[in-house]
Amino acid sequence: MEKYVELDRINVIFPTNKGPFQALKDISLSISQGEFVTLIGHSGCGKSTLLNVVAGLNMPSTGAALCAGREIPGPGPDRGVVFQNHSLLPWLTCFENVYLAVERVYGTKEGKPKLRKRTEEAIALVGLSHAAHKRPQEISGGMKQRVGIARALAMNPKVLLMDEPFGALDALTRAHLQDELMKIVVETKSTVVMVTHDVDEAVLLSDRIVMMTNGPSATIGDILTVDLPRPRNRLQLAENPHYHHLRGQVLEFLYQRQMRPAAAA
Amino acid sequence: MSATVTPLRVNEMPESHESAIAETKPVVQTAAAITPEAAPAPNRIREFSGAVLRAILPPALGLFLFIGLWALIAQDGRIPGPASTWSSAVELFADPFYDNGPNDMGIGWNILNSLQRVGIGFGMAALVGIPLGFIVGRFKFFADMTAPIISLLRPVSPLAWLPIGLLVFKSADPASIWVIFISSIWPMILNTAAGVRQVPQDYLNVARVLALPEIKIVTKILFPAVLPHILTGVRLAIGVAWLVIVAAEMLTGGVGIGFWVWDEWNNLNVEHIIIAIFVVGIVGLILEQALVLLAKRFSYGETH
Repeated sequence: MEKYVELDRINVIFPTNKGPFQALKDISLSISQGEFVTLIGHSGCGKSTLLNVVAGLNMPSTGAALCAGREIPGPGPDRGVVFQNHSLLPWLTCFENVYLAVERVYGTKEGKPKLRKRTEEAIALVGLSHAAHKRPQEISGGMKQRVGIARALAMNPKVLLMDEPFGALDALTRAHLQDELMKIVVETKSTVVMVTHDVDEAVLLSDRIVMMTNGPSATIGDILTVDLPRPRNRLQLAENPHYHHLRGQVLEFLYQRQMRPAAAA
Repeated sequence: MSATVTPLRVNEMPESHESAIAETKPVVQTAAAITPEAAPAPNRIREFSGAVLRAILPPALGLFLFIGLWALIAQDGRIPGPASTWSSAVELFADPFYDNGPNDMGIGWNILNSLQRVGIGFGMAALVGIPLGFIVGRFKFFADMTAPIISLLRPVSPLAWLPIGLLVFKSADPASIWVIFISSIWPMILNTAAGVRQVPQDYLNVARVLALPEIKIVTKILFPAVLPHILTGVRLAIGVAWLVIVAAEMLTGGVGIGFWVWDEWNNLNVEHIIIAIFVVGIVGLILEQALVLLAKRFSYGETH
């Protein structure tokens, strides 16, 4: 399969008042088209920084970041981002929030009715047609996050980048959105990179789990291939010994090999 | 299967609840209209009147004490008391729009003239100050460039600019408009700039990820995000402008509430001076409240 996202010996160094801070060190990773990859690690390990490198929000200090064979020049709508706190514009309705993205990508090629139709389809995809004309503050946290996903998907991005998209939601809503996301990814054949700190989420959704070492100078500690058959069902997995084996491996990485210094003390 | 069903239900709960309420509401009303409606009605009236009393009583008491104190001070006869001021005001406001030449016009004309000057000076300050504030807030270079000038000129008393205005415009009216302009431009620049700097990084990241063109960033993200700050600046500016106009008109003359105060001082009509103080206060209050209402209309709830 085609290597869709390619990171080659990435280093990210931030200048700070106390001198340079190396957030990421020597990261190389290839992601194929249609693959679902999660980045997992303790907080502060630079997994969001790595996602932002692919998004173009952070530029690598050295090394090359490629998407679809081209160097990533900066942020762009070919890589849709779902932010942790949804980042919907509060003065626009859900429809208008998604429309802003659709208009940006297709506005020069298509007329208004077509743009509206695309927006409606994206909102229908996440099951929010009934709330399309509500403002973000009028809907629940889970619904906002779904609008965020719709906004990213409406741009028909090459890669969908998700930064702890369900981190702020309660467990039941999170499970529901995870199931929906799996359906949407099958439907749209999206390539997804997702940051998470939830082991169950990572094993349930991923094709591969990229486990990161603690920062500073965080790097890839190990990559776990999740070879569970799809479609996956969380209840059947609960009784699947291989699922528990994989889950155990991630836990072992996080809590034995990468025990947080604070927790170890 | 139950675990996958439960979250679905949780998510749909608000809707099903709403529809259930909508369906059952009429039934509940017709069946129970007589008994429960009749019982809590006196209670509700008592609660409502209690709330009104709590809202009205303290300010009313304050005003009452204020007027009492005023009457007490007026006892020695140096300033007119509330009663004579009131009768004078009734007379004055009976015909607010008479016109006996430029030095003797009704109170209404004086207020309108002052408001017009404030409107022009303030409007021009908004036209210049708000865009300038955007530039200062958005580009650090420009902010650093203008910072020393703004910090130097901002604390200057607005009236110090009056001679410059008189010199340049060679006429009283544009000179007082100039003073309004210069005194109300600083809050607008500074508040707009602060607003632009405080636009949440999340919104700017959305703009970056979508790679929106600068014009869309301004209209769809910056302007709506900064609008509440702009309105704060506008509110502060109108307060300052209305403060300054009285003083400026005292110095420049013409028709206006400030000149009117000075004219009545020359006539030794102290009742009219006190009336002018109330008029200036009330007009300022109305301007301020109108802008507060406007600001409320454009404030968006936090989304987190």
